Amino acid sequence: MTTETMSRPLTSGGSLSVGWRRIRPVLIHLLLAASALVMLYPVIWMVVSSLRPGDEIFREPGLLVRDLEISNYRVGWNALTEPFTRYLLNSAAVVFGAILGNLVSCSMAAYAFARLEFTGKKFWFSIMLVTIMLPIHVVIVPQYILFSQAGWINTFLPLVVPKLLATDAFFVFLMVQFIRGIPRELDEAARIDGCGKAGIFLRVILPLMVPALATTTIFTFIWTWNDFFSQLIYLTDPKMYTVPVALRSFVDATASTSWGSLFAMSVVSLVPVFLAFLLGQRFLIKGIATTGIK
Amino acid sequence: MSALGALGTLGRGRPPGKKKKDNLAAYLFLSPWLLGLFLITIGPMIASLYLAFTDYNLIQAPQWIGLENFTRMLSDERLHNSLRVTFTYVFVSVPLQLAVALLLAVVLDRGVRGMAFYRSVFYLPSLLGSSVAIAILWKQVFGTEGLLNQVLGTFGIAGKGWISDPSTALGTLVVLNVWTFGAPMVIFLAGLRQIPAMYYEAASVDGAGVLRRFFSITMPLLTPIIFFNLVLQIIHAFQSFTQAFVVSGGTGGPSDSTMFYTLYLYDRGFGNFDMGYASAMAWFLLVIIGVFTAANFVASKYWVFYDD
Repeated sequence: MTTETMSRPLTSGGSLSVGWRRIRPVLIHLLLAASALVMLYPVIWMVVSSLRPGDEIFREPGLLVRDLEISNYRVGWNALTEPFTRYLLNSAAVVFGAILGNLVSCSMAAYAFARLEFTGKKFWFSIMLVTIMLPIHVVIVPQYILFSQAGWINTFLPLVVPKLLATDAFFVFLMVQFIRGIPRELDEAARIDGCGKAGIFLRVILPLMVPALATTTIFTFIWTWNDFFSQLIYLTDPKMYTVPVALRSFVDATASTSWGSLFAMSVVSLVPVFLAFLLGQRFLIKGIATTGIK
Repeated sequence: MSALGALGTLGRGRPPGKKKKDNLAAYLFLSPWLLGLFLITIGPMIASLYLAFTDYNLIQAPQWIGLENFTRMLSDERLHNSLRVTFTYVFVSVPLQLAVALLLAVVLDRGVRGMAFYRSVFYLPSLLGSSVAIAILWKQVFGTEGLLNQVLGTFGIAGKGWISDPSTALGTLVVLNVWTFGAPMVIFLAGLRQIPAMYYEAASVDGAGVLRRFFSITMPLLTPIIFFNLVLQIIHAFQSFTQAFVVSGGTGGPSDSTMFYTLYLYDRGFGNFDMGYASAMAWFLLVIIGVFTAANFVASKYWVFYDD
């Protein structure tokens, strides 16, 4: 990497020759494009390989497909005890519950922190910030015991109920930051028009915080869809498997001999994440830039 | 704007002298979160602290054994190994990842055409990186007959089983973590936006070169963001699980070379139902992360530069 790439575009000065000035943007683009290609190559290769006959995957580092082979998808779809449709639906149910839970409970908490004055506000707010950084491992064992005694193992409840109770505190934080940007005059105007606290929340704040709600929705979607640890722990009945848990049991079942169908189902599992990324890029970038969530 | 700085700004913006409290309404709005805090977080934390001093297998009632779990940790070779593996992973992959993120953020911040496109492309792996599908891909790419060896083969270089060799298996996971540099990169980009262009103009009028401008302006002004990313990524890296679990088939192999602390914790707790020991391990992890975060904050006094 050349050191020249580290400077800002300057309107004035510099001892650079005219030729170098013209070449430099081209070089930077070549460099960036090359890095982007290296970054994405494995993923693109996986998509291509999922359309190849199995033995070709071991020989072909390129991206050309000689014999298009879609049987990988058919075989992979039915490789486990349940068809893959089942796992997709299970994941969809968990994701839907998680999104609903996060939207409702986190926005309520955020409204209180951002707009209301109450005893212990600073204390609870700092507790909330601390929980963002708390490793899940510190609570997972007792949570598991709690949920198993409630008879919730092999249900989606352990994956959804915590979201209804705003345990994803990053979103509370994200929404607090967002609400602080909404002018208080709007609250005042609504109050004078006879709105109570709930009215202001529902009619003024919520409609104005749609971008923050969208960010929450997309992040919750992607994280919950990708989440493996808690789904692995709580879902042991193949009928209840979500996509990640099914994929990993697929790895065990096939002992990595049929990369074709394994790749095919991996691609299927990534499609929703990719779509969410395409639709929600704007919100994702904004969300990460303001709070540092991943 | 960061979580770390947010505490200080709380309550700002409200006209002074007007402090009417709405306790009832506030606590009603907070009630789901408070319920979750006590039922799902603090309650289990207290329970886990108690279990750390017991022998518990989920079937028989917990047996109080005092500090035995902790003394057992002192002589548990596999646990020591898992700590070595995890520390190596954190200390190698986090600085590498942040260096790559900073480098590309600086390049992109120059206002290259198509910046939004590159930013998206570089960010995408951060979203995919924690998925089982990508871990499966990694398993193939670094396998004996994997993509990497195929590419090396076309250059006439003989590869090897990167994942089956204990000396390189952890390296493949480091590469995976570095690959997800897009998230910190986006945060760096947001930080770079805050640096006034006139600083650079003034410096270059004074004859400062590119490197000089980077080290004298960009780096010092970006230190709060570097610090924020560092704290976040360290906490994140300590908790890595999925990648190692899938790549090693749940074993942390070969020869425990990818046995992350969290993987060993899972193995004790949910593989062997040794819940007391797993709880003790979980609390030790919390202490480690807490010490690291605190150390980061203390050290930050010497290198993080706040403009205001």
